[in-house]
Amino acid sequence: MAEPATDQVSTSGSEESSRTVVDASELARSLVRIAHEILEANRGAADLVLLGIPTRGVFLARRLAALISEIEGRPVRLGELDITMYRDDLRSNPTRNPARTSIPGRIDDSIVVLVDDVLYSGRTIGAAIDALRDLGRPRAIRLAVLVDRGHRELPVAADHVGRTIQTAADEHVTVLLEEFDGRDAVTIGREGNR
Amino acid sequence: MRHLLSCADLDLTTATGILDLAEEMQQVQSRPVKKLPALRGRTIVNIFFEDSTRTRTSFEIAGKWLSADTINVSAKGSSVSKGESLRDTMLTLDAMGVDCFVIRHSSSGAAAQVASWVRAQVVNAGDGQHEHPTQALLDALTMRQHFRAIGAEGFAGKKIAIVGDLLHSRVVRSNVLLQHTLGGEVVLVAPPTLLPTGVENWGCEVTDDLDSVLGEADIVMMLRVQRERMAGGFFPTEREYTERFGLTEDRLSAMKPGAAICHPGPMNRGVEISSAAADATNSLVLDQVAAGVAIRMSVLYHLLGSDEGAMH
Repeated sequence: MAEPATDQVSTSGSEESSRTVVDASELARSLVRIAHEILEANRGAADLVLLGIPTRGVFLARRLAALISEIEGRPVRLGELDITMYRDDLRSNPTRNPARTSIPGRIDDSIVVLVDDVLYSGRTIGAAIDALRDLGRPRAIRLAVLVDRGHRELPVAADHVGRTIQTAADEHVTVLLEEFDGRDAVTIGREGNR
Repeated sequence: MRHLLSCADLDLTTATGILDLAEEMQQVQSRPVKKLPALRGRTIVNIFFEDSTRTRTSFEIAGKWLSADTINVSAKGSSVSKGESLRDTMLTLDAMGVDCFVIRHSSSGAAAQVASWVRAQVVNAGDGQHEHPTQALLDALTMRQHFRAIGAEGFAGKKIAIVGDLLHSRVVRSNVLLQHTLGGEVVLVAPPTLLPTGVENWGCEVTDDLDSVLGEADIVMMLRVQRERMAGGFFPTEREYTERFGLTEDRLSAMKPGAAICHPGPMNRGVEISSAAADATNSLVLDQVAAGVAIRMSVLYHLLGSDEGAMH
């Protein structure tokens, strides 16, 4: 999961201001490509279940589901998977209220595509796999992310990536989405300048 | 949150957060694997100095479904029956490294007293005639879902009549405090002999005329008349009590359309509630029971999910 993004592009004018690395049209193109990739990799949408990871993964999953339905001419199963209670850093953080989990029917023998905004340490995805294990036994679990920024701490790799961005550990990658943030973009900023 | 001792400790954000999470937890109840790892490694001791089936069981299930280790201690057969003081009992258990006590005791204020002694976090599961916060929370969850089902949102403008033995009830105080936070309006209905002292300062309408309230209440919550009180001279006879304060079959039809019936249980059918009312389609009694586990999961998660509530 990406860090909570409350930042906007800084106007401080300092050299450490956050800068836009993906603009709205690029972001849209990436999602179209990912939608096609998912369909190609799975030979259609029949067994697909798209599960967005809150917060922004949910909106991305909705967009991907809409794109896939449009291409295939049939609806694709769509849900939300909250992983708060599966986090390995649950205890060390202040209490956070989990978001909604809604699974469209049974996931047994389906192909679950997890959708998140930023792939960073991989811990969110590790937790998501644990959560899925309690919900059933999918035939396969795939991962689609808008941004892969590196610095993995677990052996996790995405199957579908919108954009791979080289980052330093103290940089901060933020995905902004129209539905939640009022505009589409991916920005990078320095820690302390959020 | 460090302890849950009183509904007065809950601000609107926390109370709403507990209700919201409880709704998520209700979904977990319908899963094949009803287990979340959130409280793995935590130890919860349910210590009940008073009999209880539903509260103790639902706390135990709630803890287990969140992967905590839950242990039940009942006063019977424990060192309490050998004359050990409450303080020594609690300090002994505390010294074993317990993370949370869920405590039920016949003395008002016992939970708060224990909280001041121990290192562990404390949930009040009923202290004498004082409070029972998780019951009020599950009542609120049941009511909120009922309001939503009939197309209304939230507690604002909703009238909740709490009827019966208010003097000996811990449920009423917690409900009044919680509804004060959530925005519902509570009307208290009881014979004057069964009103708690100081009830005039609770900020609620108080009446001894059930029929005048029935037509306008959105929720009618009947409280148990404890048969052991009959000898106390609080009211002349059981029959007379039922006639004036029981939710009889006749009174059912006098209820406002869309209104629902609650009862924290255990029910005395034929005394404060007729079977017709208890089993009516607008009775939420079983919904309340079903909400119990989810609410307690949510409360335990809010207390123990993060280390911030623990003493370091």
